[in-house]
Amino acid sequence: MASRIVGVVTGLFVLLGALLLAAVLGAVVTRRNGRFAEATQQPAPTDPGAEVVTAQEIGAPLGTRLTLVQLSTAFCAPCRATRTLLTDVTADLEDVAYVDVDAESHLELVRRLGVMRTPTVLVLDARGVVTRRASGLPRREQVLAAIAEVNPKT
Amino acid sequence: MPSPSQVDPRGLRVAAGLTSVVLAVALVAPRPLTLVLLAVQAVVFAVGALVSLRLSPYALLYATLVRPRLGPPAQTEDARPPRFAQAVGLAFTLVALAGFGLGVAALGYAATALALVAALLNATIGLCLGCEMYLAVRRLRPTGAATPA
Repeated sequence: MASRIVGVVTGLFVLLGALLLAAVLGAVVTRRNGRFAEATQQPAPTDPGAEVVTAQEIGAPLGTRLTLVQLSTAFCAPCRATRTLLTDVTADLEDVAYVDVDAESHLELVRRLGVMRTPTVLVLDARGVVTRRASGLPRREQVLAAIAEVNPKT
Repeated sequence: MPSPSQVDPRGLRVAAGLTSVVLAVALVAPRPLTLVLLAVQAVVFAVGALVSLRLSPYALLYATLVRPRLGPPAQTEDARPPRFAQAVGLAFTLVALAGFGLGVAALGYAATALALVAALLNATIGLCLGCEMYLAVRRLRPTGAATPA
């Protein structure tokens, strides 16, 4: 009988631990979604640390000011929602291009940029340098803020 | 008619919720009941992973009791990632059964707890860990092994 009580108490502790872990992980992931990492510097394309994406790689011309490159996988519900959002946001912006790229057929790009999750959205400046990136479905205001922060061509 | 490989994502969340309840109860139940619950959950996972998501008991419950009240889904999802996730759940549940069954309770608790965390994340914020793992696994494949779109 005592061992049964011990079992239930142990189980309760484990259950509470699992609930806590799920809550923490859920909060972390939710917060990370759509967070466009701050760029501490604006590297030139030839700088060794710079990540550059070319128009040829994505199969589309770069935007005159910015390009949003979304990396998606075939069956990824957040990717679809991200595509809808970014298409809408960039529809009226002539100097911002948007390209949705299939991660599986661009594995070299995926590895080079260390993309671990889809959707991942890259913000490229006019030269194709990656200035910001975010994973997960972003909110509209996060996208608008990221677009607004990149300096326009003078 | 949706193609056979598409599923209603709301059904997946409901199934994850039911899984969470079963696994949570399994953690605090007396050992015999724990084993029964884990075995039941293992069967549910096995049907979903190896046969069809739609024939999984939780999916059938959803289809008969919940879905008629909701109407059709706004979007459907490809069934392959959730089926992969069911297979992962099956693996964890079998490990848990082995742990409890062979007297290594710590293993049983650990495996059950991890499966519970995954089910909870799926049920609450719709995070499918299997889907997230997919791209990470694909990155390890050599270039040129891409499947047709």
